[in-house]
Amino acid sequence: MTIRNAMTLASVEPGVGLAAALKKDRAGVIAEIRDSGLKGRGGAGFATGIKWNLAAAARGERKYIICNADEGEPGTFKDRVILSEWPDIVFEGMTIAGYAIGAAEGILYLRGEYTYLRKQLERCLAKRRDAKLLGTAVCGRQGFDFDIRIRMGCGAYVCGEETALIESLEGHRGEARNRPPFPVNTGFNGMPTVVNNVETLAFAAAILAKGAAWFKTLGTGKTTGPKMLSISGDVARPGVYEFPMGVTVADVLKVAGGENAKAVAVGGASGYCLPASEFNRVIGYEDLATGGSIIVFGPGRDMLAAAENFLEFFTDESCGQCTPCRYGNPRLLEGVRLLRQGRCSTAYLKDLCALGETMRMASKCGLGQSSPNVFLSVVKNFRSEVLGRTSPEHA
Amino acid sequence: MNKKNPCQDNTCRVPGSQRPQVVAAPADGGVVGAHVAISIDGNEISVPLGTTILDAARTLGIHIPTLCHHEDLCVAGVCRICVVEVEGQRTLQASCAYPITQAISVQTHSQKVRQARRHIVDLLLSEHYGECYTCSRNNNCELQALAKEYGVDSFRFGHPDAPRYEVDASSYSVIRDMNKCVLCRRCVRTCIDLQEVGVLEAVGRGEKTTIATYRDKPLGDVVCINCGQCINRCPTGALRANDPTDEVWAAIEDPTKHVIIQTAPSPRAGIGEEFGLPPGTPMTWEMNTALRRCGFDKVFDTNFTADLTIIEEGTELILRLYNTLVKGDSKMPLPQFTSCSPGWVKYIEHFYPEYLPHMSSCKSPQQMFGALIKTWYARLHNINPANIVSVALMPCSAKKFECNRPEMTSSGFKDVDYGLTTRELAQMIREAGIRLTEMPKSDFDDPFGTASGSGVIFGATGGVMEAALRSVLEFITGEKVENFYEHADIIPVRGFEGIRYVEIKIPEKVGPVPRLIKHLVPNWDWLRGAVLKVGVAHGTANARKVMEDIKAGGKFSQCHFIEFMACPGGCLGGGGQPIPTSPAIREARARAIYQEDAAYGKVGKARKSHENPAVVRLYGEFLKEGPCGHTSHHLLHTHYTPRGKFIG
Repeated sequence: MTIRNAMTLASVEPGVGLAAALKKDRAGVIAEIRDSGLKGRGGAGFATGIKWNLAAAARGERKYIICNADEGEPGTFKDRVILSEWPDIVFEGMTIAGYAIGAAEGILYLRGEYTYLRKQLERCLAKRRDAKLLGTAVCGRQGFDFDIRIRMGCGAYVCGEETALIESLEGHRGEARNRPPFPVNTGFNGMPTVVNNVETLAFAAAILAKGAAWFKTLGTGKTTGPKMLSISGDVARPGVYEFPMGVTVADVLKVAGGENAKAVAVGGASGYCLPASEFNRVIGYEDLATGGSIIVFGPGRDMLAAAENFLEFFTDESCGQCTPCRYGNPRLLEGVRLLRQGRCSTAYLKDLCALGETMRMASKCGLGQSSPNVFLSVVKNFRSEVLGRTSPEHA
Repeated sequence: MNKKNPCQDNTCRVPGSQRPQVVAAPADGGVVGAHVAISIDGNEISVPLGTTILDAARTLGIHIPTLCHHEDLCVAGVCRICVVEVEGQRTLQASCAYPITQAISVQTHSQKVRQARRHIVDLLLSEHYGECYTCSRNNNCELQALAKEYGVDSFRFGHPDAPRYEVDASSYSVIRDMNKCVLCRRCVRTCIDLQEVGVLEAVGRGEKTTIATYRDKPLGDVVCINCGQCINRCPTGALRANDPTDEVWAAIEDPTKHVIIQTAPSPRAGIGEEFGLPPGTPMTWEMNTALRRCGFDKVFDTNFTADLTIIEEGTELILRLYNTLVKGDSKMPLPQFTSCSPGWVKYIEHFYPEYLPHMSSCKSPQQMFGALIKTWYARLHNINPANIVSVALMPCSAKKFECNRPEMTSSGFKDVDYGLTTRELAQMIREAGIRLTEMPKSDFDDPFGTASGSGVIFGATGGVMEAALRSVLEFITGEKVENFYEHADIIPVRGFEGIRYVEIKIPEKVGPVPRLIKHLVPNWDWLRGAVLKVGVAHGTANARKVMEDIKAGGKFSQCHFIEFMACPGGCLGGGGQPIPTSPAIREARARAIYQEDAAYGKVGKARKSHENPAVVRLYGEFLKEGPCGHTSHHLLHTHYTPRGKFIG
């Protein structure tokens, strides 16, 4: 997939961040990350410094760093680009995180569909071991042993959820765990575990290399740093872009060549479906949080068809564990089909919207909590299109 | 109580998604064990750190509905019916799975909560095929109760009008109807964690998720041990026992058939629950009358053959001890394992077939009874055994499989024709319009009506061991067991601890060998001052621990005799007992059983198996070569099938 503009990660020299980290003590590394304001790039936006600090403070015989490379959100492919282009930076970020929290083991959980990347990633790891950037006494630092192994996902979307990912790593069905406690206390093998997105870890290495102050020069103040976006759909120039946090959707569309868009799904299938009237909103944790998926819908697109497509995806990808998600998604899917046929009463539509709210409130994990978003936002933002269908009998 | 919190030790095999995560002790050591002050619906309470919201609410007397939660099992947090609102949290929280670690304020029935719960019930009903009035769990169904609790007046999100799954009736014991499954996974957790069998697992994703066996094979073809614990914990009618009541009614109504029923000790301690009585209300004598009014020609007490089992199994134990310790012959290895629990029998056949030589060759009391009914009893009463229909009232679903084992035909006929559960008999009683609670009392029929208190306690975990010890100690010492244990209550082997290990010292002064077994051992000199080591395990998860200990050469490998029961609590917690089950219910049933044993002593009836006059008579008239003799071997002993756990 084409890289469309200048990327911060291209300017990060491998090794610099790690060397800078090892000059500091562990608390110093965490302080640097916390000071940068880096938040989880997977979409949830949890402050990375706080997460590392919790794991560092947690007690456990062993600790783990897991890089979540199960990039499964429809419309996102920026982690694939990062892993293809700058794997060293990602592994460096993991090593820095391992140093910060006192972990000796890192695991890269790689999406099953990215198996083709495995060989080159393994080569990169081997090189790093040869260069003493991994293994016993990393960079000659006595007492800091750290290595990374790769584990393959098997194609389940839910395994991108951190506790389901951990379950999968432990050899179980990919299903989310009960929380609290969170993985920072009770994670992989019951030990304190940090699960970070590929982009988060890469930026962590960048922050150590370039300094927290540099990172804060980008963004809105509330949301700092750059954000990589995967832009797809009805745009002239689809691909991976980097923007400073706080960019408006309209600006993104202008750069990618999608000015005439009718709607934009920010955050992929589980995100929010924005109408043109809201294109002045900004990408950032204070407004539109996203893992990086931007799907653009041109003027000719049927928003119900889009919602149907997304709900088919969730109906299939729900792990089936909790009731609201397992049965809620198929009911919403049936509802969308009724709407498309002009057979859904407004009363039933109201029931379905209430059901969507329940799914957001009562599902066990982020999958079910966010899967109704597209349905709810399409119904809210494209109401006349949604209700404007006629059944075949009337046509 | 057995396995109160099975997920807290490292042996739990349930995946992390199906159990509460351990709450890490705070780094500040001073806070460990501290209490947290919280508020639920405005009520303040201070609870120990890590208490779930559900438990805290229950302490306050606040009802939160549950479905996937069960007291005996790990917390799964999957059905979401127990969601509550925790102030400051974006989403609702499953109260069963939310450990309290800081001061929180909880609302258990806000509008959001009520709407979510109603939706969850609506969603479950949208995939739940079946009508309540044609369901075995009508009026005792947790889904039905929730529908009422949340005022469901329509199928808001639809209702299936056709079944999606074929009913699996391949097992003699357990029938699975996945159309009624609500995917609470209580059966999965029961099977893998409570019982450590692991026949059931969730397969598929999303709405295609089902609970399935290995490669979706019929239940009758997998390593299911038929214990039926999953039935007892199923909230709906998705799991039920294979019900033979139609056949039993047909036999009763056939004038050419002589229909007898033997009744095990546990059903009488549990059947009252089916008629609204509190758990632990013994209904022995009322049930006898009800059975006669149903039309059974004779009502017998399985405790008679429980006593017989003690004599046979006790003799076998003495023989094993003598052969191994004195003669150095290892053909009959120690420890000897009990063989009364058909769930345990199938468990060891599947999971530890190499240990089958340790199994007592004694049939279970049910099957001993069956063999005697169609031989001795038929001869005594001059009835053609072909016309006898032998029914067994059991607390057990595995008994249905057991009576269908091909080797259980030593009378020349099927020794026991039908195994009936407590629940099924309750259904028959209701169907016959009989009010059990108002029945006059009546005794069992002879010659199998006489039982000892030792037979009664077979129903509780440790009961077989206690019964055996009462007789063996008297055999060896020639003294009353009361001289060693007050009221002959051998307390150390009682209780609900999952695994128990007890050492019993045999006095230096031994008695003469009783006449009954005089031909088998010359004297007791070799047992003077010996220490008899015994073990008790209930629930096959505990059985597994004992077996692994034996394999590893641990202390149980040094035991002489070990009682294994497949079901938690022993037979009184069997898969055929009234639903629901819980630690408290099983304790109440156990009290009823021990009270009946104690009552035997008060009215001057025998409390020890070898004192049972009917047993003495049987050896005098029929089993003339004595215990473990030729006839006894033919009718009362059996062999086992090494099945292994690999299925094709």
